[in-house]
Amino acid sequence: MGILLNIIYLIATITFIVGLKMLGHPETAKKGNLIAATGMGLAIVGTIFVHGQQVSPLIYILIGAAILIGSIIGWLIAIKVEMTKMPELVSLFNGFGGASAALIGLVEYSKNVNNATQSTTIVSGIIIGAITFSGSLIAWGKLNGSLKSVIRIPYYNIINNLVIIGIVIFAAFMVGAGVDSQLLLYALLAIGLIYGILFVLPIGGADMPVVISLLNSLTGIAAAITGILYNNMVMLVGGILVGSAGIILTVAMCKAMNRTLGSVIFGAFGGAAITPGENKALGSIKSTNPSDAAIMMNYANKVVIVPGYGLAVAQAQHVIHELEEMLTKKGVNVKYAIHPVAGRMPGHMNVLLAESNVEYNMLVEMEDINPQFSNTDIVLVVGANDVVNPAAHNNPASPIYGMPILDVENAKHIIVNKRSMNAGYAGIENELFYNSKTSMLFGDAKVALTDLVAELKNM
Amino acid sequence: MMNEFLEFIENNLQITYILILAVFVGVEVIKSIPAVLHTPLMSGANALSGVVIVGAILVMLHADPTDYVALSLGFVAVVLGVLNVVGGFAVTDRMLQMFKRKK
Repeated sequence: MGILLNIIYLIATITFIVGLKMLGHPETAKKGNLIAATGMGLAIVGTIFVHGQQVSPLIYILIGAAILIGSIIGWLIAIKVEMTKMPELVSLFNGFGGASAALIGLVEYSKNVNNATQSTTIVSGIIIGAITFSGSLIAWGKLNGSLKSVIRIPYYNIINNLVIIGIVIFAAFMVGAGVDSQLLLYALLAIGLIYGILFVLPIGGADMPVVISLLNSLTGIAAAITGILYNNMVMLVGGILVGSAGIILTVAMCKAMNRTLGSVIFGAFGGAAITPGENKALGSIKSTNPSDAAIMMNYANKVVIVPGYGLAVAQAQHVIHELEEMLTKKGVNVKYAIHPVAGRMPGHMNVLLAESNVEYNMLVEMEDINPQFSNTDIVLVVGANDVVNPAAHNNPASPIYGMPILDVENAKHIIVNKRSMNAGYAGIENELFYNSKTSMLFGDAKVALTDLVAELKNM
Repeated sequence: MMNEFLEFIENNLQITYILILAVFVGVEVIKSIPAVLHTPLMSGANALSGVVIVGAILVMLHADPTDYVALSLGFVAVVLGVLNVVGGFAVTDRMLQMFKRKK
């Protein structure tokens, strides 16, 4: 039996590597995902049926029931979720994976108390699993809006560090002394859960994608640790792949936001206090209406649309596509400028626009579109804020100072659609709105864009 | 502590090699991926981390049929692991479907 199962695991491991590689190219990504999924299915089926042990039918029934329940719920959530809710869903699923790793550790601990190597891996699995579970749930809550405020207890950095040091000492004590106490084991789990909460709570909403990516990576590590415990190569390699890929992604996202990982974890961002009087110094704002905006766009040669998460919140992806088609028909050169962190995760905006059938080649990435703004007649900013905030260039005091942004202020005219004058996701004032070239088109994105399209139709 | 660490490496030399090589494979595979695909990639990698389900199944297979604590913990672990796997792959597929629809 052993050799067959090991071959199945080997095949699964290869599908993981190939699948992950194929996920990196737009043409092969879908196939890559299916290949990895097939490998996972093989590994699961193989584990259940090709182990050669005597197992009571009750256990088979339970495993079957668990897989059925998990599959149905997972499938339903996956096909029902709106694309805008994608980041928080990834976070939620990730938390489940972490929880699974922690639970495995809870069962295995008492069987392995006397083996220092095994109990070290088990205890690490419990801690990492618990942290990813509670941390992911907090991230999920923050992204879906149920946990709005940034909660920071005083000296949270020091407290968090003390807690993590405490966890390590506690764990080392349990392993070192071979403590066989379920009570203490659950206490360790509880502290891990508390740390996950403390870790994510103070982090601002804008930094959440980085946190999710980091937690994703941690779940991979938890899976790899469980793989060491069972001497199981598919878990080990699969987990490590996710772990290292997650770290690379995390660093890539930090770069896109010009933040270091340290400043995301320890820094105060997203909660920076804004002094109320500040706005006045920025000048006055000019507002416009759909019909004026439509006239301007009708006579423009080149229009660049800058979509942000606000566009998706207002469910206006389809209307913006309509607007873009209408303008193209009228001979206007239209492009979308995509900031690397537009939306709630890198690439999120691409997914959302792809959903509304926007042509792939109309989306232009930041480095390519920035030099084009100077010969752009009109930039239409819809639901984006921080990614077009010039403070990133010229205000060293701003928390986003140094972040690469879309240089929309170089365009001849800027139209910004926004619900109100509230600050953006990161909670920072935006002087672009006070620029003399900027007109504000207030209102819900869907309503405003529908009006724009209607006006254009009449021209 | 140092001795134990060295002993661990000695006893698990193969695993240590695989672990380190897998880190490099992971980094190399991901390195050149365009930002456009970061979201599906993160979601796909997330589904892969559900491989922990294999461990959860092993817990149940090894459990004594009368050990209700182990069985219930294992049961929940399998449910959560499957949720991660099935949900993760399905949602990644849905996302990538949208990229494909372009003419």
